[in-house]
Amino acid sequence: MDLAALTARHPSAFRPDWGRRAVVAACVVAPVALFAYALASLDVSWSRVFAGLGRLGDFVGLMLPPSYGTTAKLLTYLHALAETLAIAFLGTLLAAMLALPLGFLAARNVIPTWIFRFGVRRFLDTVRSVDTLIWALIWINVVGLGPFAGVLAIMSSDFGAFGKLFSEAIEAADNKAVEGVESAGGSRLHGVRFGLLPQVLPVMASQVLYFFESNTRSATIIGIVGAGGIGQYLYEEIKVLEWGHVSFLVLLVLAAVVLIDAVSARLRFAVIGNRPQR
Amino acid sequence: MATAIPHRPDAQNQALVDGYEAAIAARRRRTLLGIAILAALILAAARISEVDLGTFFGNLGRFTSYIGRIFTLEDGHLVFTNPAEWLWGLRKWLRLLGETLLIAYLGTVIGGLGAFGLSFLAARNMVVAPWLRFSARRFLEFCRTVPELVFALIFVVAFGLGPLPGVLALGIHTMGALGKLFAEVVENIDMKPVEGVAATGANWAQGVRFGTLPQVLSNFVSYTLLRFEVNVRGAAIMGFVGAGGIGQDLVEAIRKFYYSDVSAILMLIVVTVMLIDLVTERARHALIGRELGR
Repeated sequence: MDLAALTARHPSAFRPDWGRRAVVAACVVAPVALFAYALASLDVSWSRVFAGLGRLGDFVGLMLPPSYGTTAKLLTYLHALAETLAIAFLGTLLAAMLALPLGFLAARNVIPTWIFRFGVRRFLDTVRSVDTLIWALIWINVVGLGPFAGVLAIMSSDFGAFGKLFSEAIEAADNKAVEGVESAGGSRLHGVRFGLLPQVLPVMASQVLYFFESNTRSATIIGIVGAGGIGQYLYEEIKVLEWGHVSFLVLLVLAAVVLIDAVSARLRFAVIGNRPQR
Repeated sequence: MATAIPHRPDAQNQALVDGYEAAIAARRRRTLLGIAILAALILAAARISEVDLGTFFGNLGRFTSYIGRIFTLEDGHLVFTNPAEWLWGLRKWLRLLGETLLIAYLGTVIGGLGAFGLSFLAARNMVVAPWLRFSARRFLEFCRTVPELVFALIFVVAFGLGPLPGVLALGIHTMGALGKLFAEVVENIDMKPVEGVAATGANWAQGVRFGTLPQVLSNFVSYTLLRFEVNVRGAAIMGFVGAGGIGQDLVEAIRKFYYSDVSAILMLIVVTVMLIDLVTERARHALIGRELGR
């Protein structure tokens, strides 16, 4: 059977579907048009791009080899890196501790009144929408320049995210374990301790570890506004065009992030075991 | 009729009880050790990051008064009493917000296209030399590990002030983040349709177009939309380092203590971010729903 015969027998399968094609065309044309409009309205010109790429090439040439100058400077950098890690660690931990009670308040199976839950959720959303860097600027007004403001900034912005994730973990918990404990003669508190907590704690711990990883990255940049950590030096070295130092600092950050990722991946694995992550 | 419940002799039970208690004690010791290590780490971190609870609680009033102050106009009334005065710069801010959204859009599209190309090189099941896969993966890792603001700082020096460095910084970071996710999607596809297309005599490109692409496209779009949400937040702070968008005005308002402007711009950013979240969530659910309906 040849194609012509097939077409004659099943005309609907071979007829062009103009409606579908129009949808596909619109799905392609609209983003491309928006892309062109964005390029035009943001004043992106090829000459600027190429001139910039040329300069960027020069910078990359100057970045090699990475160097740290004097030993005193190396020690300063290492201390700043330790500060960054400390900020990420404390900020994440404080955020988790503050978010735990709110997670319970925002969970459907703990507080059944929707109006209250709605309020808590919108509050968490608002806190979450404000970036770490903005929180850092606000906290600097309160405790002054330095890493403590960074800790508080990380704490504030993650607090919203943790509250949401924790409440979801609590809502997803199986109530049968709690009922089981209570039917064996346990009190309500026993039910929460031996029925609910073992279910949600590993999930929460793994989320906290995951955020610690990503906060190591955030903590490297809050130094740009003066909230401590290695970002401050990165900012200064870029301003004075010391490209060797810049690349050294970037490598330092990369090494730290990779190390933290490896450690926290192992810890996460130890905490949740082989269970699929929810 | 009374039945005698057989009892094990206490001596035999004792061994089991001892074993149980030893096991529990070992667990307790491990937990205590964990807590001790955690406490030591907290103390060390607090020392390094100069945590000063005295200053914190002494100045906590400043935090609440600052929040109160940014919601107060110059004449001492709350901002909500006079919206026209509060949002005096609405026209300019909306233009800057539009610029922020365009930066996020361009960065997402550029990064998404780069990720699309590289993900096929980084995926294990696509026919590719191991060294090429290895270098593609390391490159993507580098792109997503360096914070976007660091890229932006460097690009501002190279390309000059304005939205362009912001777009490129977001683009590179997006490429790294999406490239990893895309590669995982490509690795998880069902190879049977690809083989089926190949069996009809199609070449490699046709196999990708009709075998691979239909399986991955909806996931790709969904991840890209999610990334757009993240990039809107990222673009809002690009102005902190001079890379365009509304961040420039925000940082100026905070630094120069234009209190009511701070709350106005923050409110606009928060509302925009929430709206974008809502729209992209709708779009993603519609996409996934259509996928399941087929």
